[in-house]
Amino acid sequence: MLRTREKAFDVVFDISIYLVMAFVLVITLYPFLNVLAISLNESVDAMRGGIHIIPRKFTLDNYREIFKYSNLTHAFLISVLRTVIGTLLSTVSTCMLAYALSRKEFIYRKFFTLVFIITMYVSGGLIPDYMNLRHLGLIGKFWVYILPGLINTYNMIIVRSFIDNLPYSLQESAKIDGANDFAIFRKIVMPLCMPVIATVALFVAVGQWNSWMDTYLYASSKPELSTLQYELMKVLTNTSAAQDASRIDPNSPLARRSFVSPQSIRMAITIVAAVPILVVYPFLQKYFVIGLTIGSVKE
Amino acid sequence: MNSQLELHRTVTTRSKISRHFRTLADQKYLLMMSVPFFIWVIIFRYLPLYGWTMAFQNYKPGKPIFEQEWVGLEHFMILFREQDFYIALRNTLAMSFLGITIGFVTPIVFALLLNEVRNMAFKKTVQTISYLPHFISWVIAASMITQMLSTDGGVVNDILMKVFGLERPVPFMSTPKAFWFIYIAADMWKEVGWYAIIHLAAITGVDQELYEAARVDGCGRLRKIWHVTLPGITPTLIVMLIMNIGWLMSVGFERQFLLGNHIVENYSRTIDLYALNYGISMARYSYGTAIGMFQSVVSIVLVIFANRLAKRIGRGQII
Repeated sequence: MLRTREKAFDVVFDISIYLVMAFVLVITLYPFLNVLAISLNESVDAMRGGIHIIPRKFTLDNYREIFKYSNLTHAFLISVLRTVIGTLLSTVSTCMLAYALSRKEFIYRKFFTLVFIITMYVSGGLIPDYMNLRHLGLIGKFWVYILPGLINTYNMIIVRSFIDNLPYSLQESAKIDGANDFAIFRKIVMPLCMPVIATVALFVAVGQWNSWMDTYLYASSKPELSTLQYELMKVLTNTSAAQDASRIDPNSPLARRSFVSPQSIRMAITIVAAVPILVVYPFLQKYFVIGLTIGSVKE
Repeated sequence: MNSQLELHRTVTTRSKISRHFRTLADQKYLLMMSVPFFIWVIIFRYLPLYGWTMAFQNYKPGKPIFEQEWVGLEHFMILFREQDFYIALRNTLAMSFLGITIGFVTPIVFALLLNEVRNMAFKKTVQTISYLPHFISWVIAASMITQMLSTDGGVVNDILMKVFGLERPVPFMSTPKAFWFIYIAADMWKEVGWYAIIHLAAITGVDQELYEAARVDGCGRLRKIWHVTLPGITPTLIVMLIMNIGWLMSVGFERQFLLGNHIVENYSRTIDLYALNYGISMARYSYGTAIGMFQSVVSIVLVIFANRLAKRIGRGQII
């Protein structure tokens, strides 16, 4: 008797869990599919509403329209450029520093490490940072995307912990063979660190691609430095408030250009901005676990 | 005798210095690989700290720092008299509070339930998909969420009207009082799977023999969760909770900036957003710096307090 009751409870429990999980799947995926469907739907028709995950009148016009808007093509290029350059420089810098700070005999090891750790807790804040970049002449320059965030202390610690866990004897024997520290770093440590380097590179790349705030704060007066995320942010903040009040914001330059609605434009840009992340996602979810586990084991 | 000692001392100091230089020469590659970044961190992370002096001045850009007019605590006085500041403070605390309650419990519940899924392939699929939104930018997320909550064709209003028989769509994004809840819902949509990862890792660390013992004692699955899994992950939970207290003042402004608009401003404006509006958009640099400084000081105090608390409870330091 008790047995059957327990079993019945088990079944109900299992079913409820599966229902909850199915709900999680649906609410996670639906927005992506819905936005994709609207972006592929004919604009005027989309304004009638009722599109879920399949477009009602299929068209690629919305995408054609956003790439006619020439600033967006340029913004896409800037996004790619900052992601590529930023990731390369950041990853190399982070690894070099992490290697130097992993060497027990290095005289400034403790001092430099402390100087970097402190920055995780203390920062100047919005306006002092802004003024500092202004004094450095970086406001409105491309390098404002790369230099201020060159090294992330957390990433550096992840790489350093990984190097700490490598067998030191390899480095030692290379040293006996007469290799200098830089050669050891390049020929022995770097190849062994590939998993953690991939992790850090992916983190940096995602951060670079997704960033819009630095454009807003430091380069908003330079249209030639606009990025894809920033363009999307502008369309979003211009239309979302107005959308509840009126269907098309007549002041939007996009609305005047053609009969493609700001909503369709926004959905198409959203997809274009999200696709690169979705493409690298399989790698992301493989490598970030490495980063997380190393990061949590050691500080 | 005395001079001999003196001589001996200078010789040892000199040899110490020369040894130091010899080590530097030996480690020239390590220096080349770290000193540039040390200079970088000083320029980009420590120099801005000097900018805090602006909070005590009537800072005018372009003038050298020693020619600026010093005004003492005037900006702080203005700040504490400003009603807008208290609204921003209230919003910051309200959203932080939702973050450390709903935002703390939801990932735990999700992790506990996901752990009960027996079909491994399904479990893996759900987990992999659940943290997908973490990697897209807040701009994209806000764009999607705005679309879902929109009054024309948004799925939430569709469901409310068709299933629950509402007559008119709810204008979520332009209802001021709804903002805090939209904020936390959006945050959960984007981050719940990501936050749950750490809990799932902690759950795997729970001793399997305890489950066996609980089964022998006649515990069902719910009671196993309650008496074995939860106590097993409590140390991790306490550390995370305390850490969240440390970040109470730092909800930032990205999400509020993107999800908010001028209609809901009174509920979406956080201290960061307030500092941004005054500091950069209105070019009141000194006032903006004072706001940021107030926030930093409170944050540092909170982090230290949280760290002490964690130490006292004996779960180890956070910092």
